[in-house]
Amino acid sequence: MATETLTLGKALNTGLRRALENDPKVVIMGEDVGKLGGVFRITDGLQKDFGDQRVIDTPLAESGIIGTAVGLAIRGYRPVCEIQFDGFVYPAYDQIVSQVAKMHYRSRGKLNIPMVIRIPFGGGIGAVEHHSESPEAYFAHTAGLKVVSCANPQDAYVMIQQAIASDDPIVFLEPKRRYWEKGQVDLDAPISEAYPLHSARVARAGADVTLLAYGPMVRTCLDAATAAAEDGRELEIIDLRTLSPLDLGVVYESVRRTGRAVVVHEAPSNVGLGAEIAARITEECFYSLESPVLRVAGFDTPYPAARVEEEYLPDLDRVLDAVDRTFGW
Amino acid sequence: MAKGDPGAGPRGRRAAPRSRKAVTGDPELVQLLTPEGARIDSVTGPDGVEYRVDFTDEEYRGLYRDLVLVRKLDAEATALQRQGELGIWASLLGQEAAQVGSGRALRTQDMAFPTYREHGVLYCRGIDPIMPLGLFRGVDQGGWDPNEFKFNMYTIVIGAQTLHATGYAMGVAMDGKTGTDDGEAVIAYFGDGATSQGDVNESFVWAGVFNAPLVFFCQNNQYAISEPLERQTRIPLYRRSAGFGFPGIRVDGNDVLATYAVTRHALDNARHGQGPSLIEAYTYRMGAHTTSDDPTRYRIASEVEAWQAKDPIARMKAFLEREKIADAGFFTEIDEQARREAVDLRERVLAMPNPEPTTLFDHVYPNGSPLLDEQRAQFSRYLESFEGSAH
Ligand SMILES: Cc1ncc(C[n+]2csc(CCOP(=O)(O)OP(=O)(O)O)c2C)c(N)n1
Repeated sequence: MATETLTLGKALNTGLRRALENDPKVVIMGEDVGKLGGVFRITDGLQKDFGDQRVIDTPLAESGIIGTAVGLAIRGYRPVCEIQFDGFVYPAYDQIVSQVAKMHYRSRGKLNIPMVIRIPFGGGIGAVEHHSESPEAYFAHTAGLKVVSCANPQDAYVMIQQAIASDDPIVFLEPKRRYWEKGQVDLDAPISEAYPLHSARVARAGADVTLLAYGPMVRTCLDAATAAAEDGRELEIIDLRTLSPLDLGVVYESVRRTGRAVVVHEAPSNVGLGAEIAARITEECFYSLESPVLRVAGFDTPYPAARVEEEYLPDLDRVLDAVDRTFGW
Repeated sequence: MAKGDPGAGPRGRRAAPRSRKAVTGDPELVQLLTPEGARIDSVTGPDGVEYRVDFTDEEYRGLYRDLVLVRKLDAEATALQRQGELGIWASLLGQEAAQVGSGRALRTQDMAFPTYREHGVLYCRGIDPIMPLGLFRGVDQGGWDPNEFKFNMYTIVIGAQTLHATGYAMGVAMDGKTGTDDGEAVIAYFGDGATSQGDVNESFVWAGVFNAPLVFFCQNNQYAISEPLERQTRIPLYRRSAGFGFPGIRVDGNDVLATYAVTRHALDNARHGQGPSLIEAYTYRMGAHTTSDDPTRYRIASEVEAWQAKDPIARMKAFLEREKIADAGFFTEIDEQARREAVDLRERVLAMPNPEPTTLFDHVYPNGSPLLDEQRAQFSRYLESFEGSAH
């Protein structure tokens, strides 16, 4: 077993490399993905090794990146598009929700758009505005798209390859503030059997409260669990991994056991994924619940200036506070 | 020219010139057939290219047949909408020459990306004319196979398909399918209003930068619903391409011969690796934007009359008569064929069933989705709960 310690960013890079090696139809496209290797260096070295027809520096036009990728997909390619930052996906929003998501349905299955749209998302890196957003609910709301997010290097490595191999169009959300976090990566992990792409994972087992998170908040919740353990509380952390479709079996099973659930995400709470998850848990696990499903989320404001982002972002204390509150009913 | 034979066209030999004296046209508007039906032998465009066509008599008659059939089928669809059989219809009346000329210029291997009015191109691609009616009737979203017919889905969001065409054309180049006579080319259709869209401008940038084997075919029918051309542009549209670094040309879109010649040339350039070009087919939408539109609110009758005098079918007919390429028997026969096909279309549209309710869950994802499966199952149970009840 070839296991290496990699950062999440490097794990993505390695996964992309594998995908390029394994399938000549895979092409990577985006702004600055070539020589520069992307502003986060996720595509570092790929153009050098695969050439500028496989790793394409595009004009600065987001709708163009996604729209031409649709045409490439119709032609038989598997485009992996990089959107430089979450806040710049909106110019491409129409192509994603009106074209990418609907092409298969509209053609009654005659056209596939096996596209991956990689978006570094979320805050916590002290960036200027438009560089820290969490747009997942927009995409999760759109039928025809699948939305996933990785939270650790191993998942980053496997999930990016699974997403590329999938015929479904996939919005792939990368927790940008976790790019530099290291972990063990099994480079031989098979992408077909390791676990299905659309499956949640118990990131830490616990008996008292279920915490549901994805992307950057998984780490936060794990840290909260460590802190809670010192107070004698066992938090179970579920890394959702797939936001659309949600893998609810794992969620229901856990909540039925613990009787308490807290959803944690950076995106604003209003009409966010937390609302969806809470509603579904309520429908399915009503008689097992000891307390209402709570949400810990970003505020319903635009993402704020960097000097106050620590206030905006759910942190250990807010998570633990919510955990406490679930015991107040 | 048989239906479904997009490859028919000049055989690369010179036909005997029909007019005694060579007539050359206006380079600002490539025209090979005057509104009166007089042939212009050749015209040298502002791009220095000499445009001409060399059709056999049979091919000229074939083009005429295409024009008449396409107009008739369109008229039938309009009538069907009026009778409540279609939810809406976007008529191509007046744009037959632009569509048949460009559609017949496509070779079998070429790929087309239409908007929602390209029924004439669809017909030239050999697709059953009933196909777009399913979309407008609301029983499906367009039932043809884009890869089989090399004609993509209709696109309602204005301009979106120009990017798809660009990407597809990039793929053609990446596949090494350009640079030879049997190379592939791609054509993207859009309207004058679409030229204001970001996507169209982005696709100009991309196609230029990547030297994509692509022909942008703008049917300037003078209006975007109610808004006249002046609301979209201050310069002639074909000149836009200069700013993106590729050639642009304006053709008389009511002249099927010129449209054919110009499109064939641009497609051949593309397939030979010479990159994109923009064609502005200068034409007029004779009817309403769609059956929901009231054009009397924004345009005057005299304008419509002026364009009536440039009718694409009348001029082709005048030419065929003048040159004795077709006789009265031919015209009667074509009209009769058109009538029969329209009746057939009508009967088939009326027989188009509604889809089964649960099919609305089909083809959302190639790999399916557990949540959707659950929803479909719930909905099926719900429907079954009515069975046998007098709901
Ligand atoms: C993005 C977008 N905005 C608005 C509309 C509504 N709409 C449908 S057709 C149309 C006018 C299009 O004009 P043009 O591009 O000239 O094409 P034409 O219909 O005249 O062939 C408008 C505004 C649309 N379909 N898509």
